[in-house]
Amino acid sequence: MNWEPIILTFKLASVTTILLVFIAIPLSYWLVHTKTKLKPVIETLASMPLVLPPTVLGFYFLMAFSPGNTFGNWLNEWLGIKLVFSFTGLVVASILYSLPFMMHPIQAGLASLPKTLTEASYLMGKSKFMTLLKVLLPNMKASLLTGIVLSFAHTVGEFGVVLMIGGNIPGKTKVASIAIYDEVEALNYGAANFYSFILFVITFCILLVVYLVNGGYLKKYWK
Amino acid sequence: MININITKILDAVNGKMNLQLQLTIAKGDFVTLYGDSGVGKTSTLRMLSGLLKPDSGIITVNEQAWFNADKKVNLNPQYRNIGYVFQDYALFPNMTVRQNLEFALRKNQTAEKVTNLLNTMGLETLQHRKPETLSGGQKQRVALARALVQEPEILLLDEPLAALDIKARLKLQDYLLEVHRTFNLTTILISHDIGEIIKLSNRVYVLEAGKIAKQGSPMAVFVQNNISGKFKFIGEILKIEPQDVVFILTVLIATNVVKIIAQESEVEEMKVGDKVMVASKAFNPVIFKIN
Repeated sequence: MNWEPIILTFKLASVTTILLVFIAIPLSYWLVHTKTKLKPVIETLASMPLVLPPTVLGFYFLMAFSPGNTFGNWLNEWLGIKLVFSFTGLVVASILYSLPFMMHPIQAGLASLPKTLTEASYLMGKSKFMTLLKVLLPNMKASLLTGIVLSFAHTVGEFGVVLMIGGNIPGKTKVASIAIYDEVEALNYGAANFYSFILFVITFCILLVVYLVNGGYLKKYWK
Repeated sequence: MININITKILDAVNGKMNLQLQLTIAKGDFVTLYGDSGVGKTSTLRMLSGLLKPDSGIITVNEQAWFNADKKVNLNPQYRNIGYVFQDYALFPNMTVRQNLEFALRKNQTAEKVTNLLNTMGLETLQHRKPETLSGGQKQRVALARALVQEPEILLLDEPLAALDIKARLKLQDYLLEVHRTFNLTTILISHDIGEIIKLSNRVYVLEAGKIAKQGSPMAVFVQNNISGKFKFIGEILKIEPQDVVFILTVLIATNVVKIIAQESEVEEMKVGDKVMVASKAFNPVIFKIN
């Protein structure tokens, strides 16, 4: 059996999730504290991937980053970054696509912490960054875990965006979900079942862990 | 010396309220802000500590401008040397008692400071516990100890004892008074408990709709008639019962329930729940020997 699509899927999901943590925390922090009138617009934009067909996102992505137009050409020539039909492109698209899944739990977590925790920390002379790092984030581990796992699982389940901007290049952009589609088209039901079953089992396990941890079922096993 | 002369429009329960304050607090004073909910007591503490920005005016502490609207001075809370005990204590749930105190350390302070404070405040046995496992009174003591780590000159207490039962409250009142004296603090307390105010503070400001309605020593503010009593206790009326020609008042003084005789004319303006002062003159107290 060819494990490459499975490995590629988890590589994509891991890279995307790690980068998303560093993007979503500052973004959520800013959204919780900002007083700008643009807040609803930004929140809407960040949440669009929840409702928009992935193909729409993929289509515009393809338009924007294609070497055939000015911006894509500039990226390609000046920075040497090719975002279409490449792994880097998949990562960038996945980050946008999974952003709401990371951002919403973190935003909710930040908003639910009592304001006095932040204020107490400020009065002890601690900076905003130290307060976020040492006081806020450690007290919203459940939200962080939910965000991380949901973004990871959602990236694993990506299909439309990848197909649009990644294509189907083995070892580069052919992730498991694409491979399944590919095998079914070629009437290789055995191989399709292999990929499908692995994805099913792994995503089931990941989500189960989240519910077990956040539901407090595992508390008695650790201190 | 704290000088406050500020205005701030606040969103109160029934519309906007204009908070206008002018007060001077001497070093070493124990001051109480008293008044109904929503008159601006907490906002005053928040503006003094830099958590809320006044609309106009000045705040000077020891000749240093902490806030000056005209000169655009607004010192961050990080740079105001203030100990603040929040109503909900605001202990960090992810840290133990000791870690909560250690987090408050300044860069040039050592962990020894925390050890000393834990000992002074009688918290050594609790130091490795998480806040969620502590009782209300214990949390209160931890919050107070944590507020003292940075050796502040000003201590702000936002109804610190309101959530505690009467026994713990009485104990912690003594404790607060001792802390105030030991650490040479200027303390500002928010409280609704007149007994507590008389016991702790030497000056009280009564706030009404954003303005100072009355100020002075607690006795002068709360006790209108000048009674030359030898013993004075503040209590709350629990029951008023007519008995032949007189009335029997049942009064809660601290943890004791006391029965007192009163004339009809005295009872007329009292109702259950009122705070009263029970005084006794030199010629009529009853004396018991205590073994």
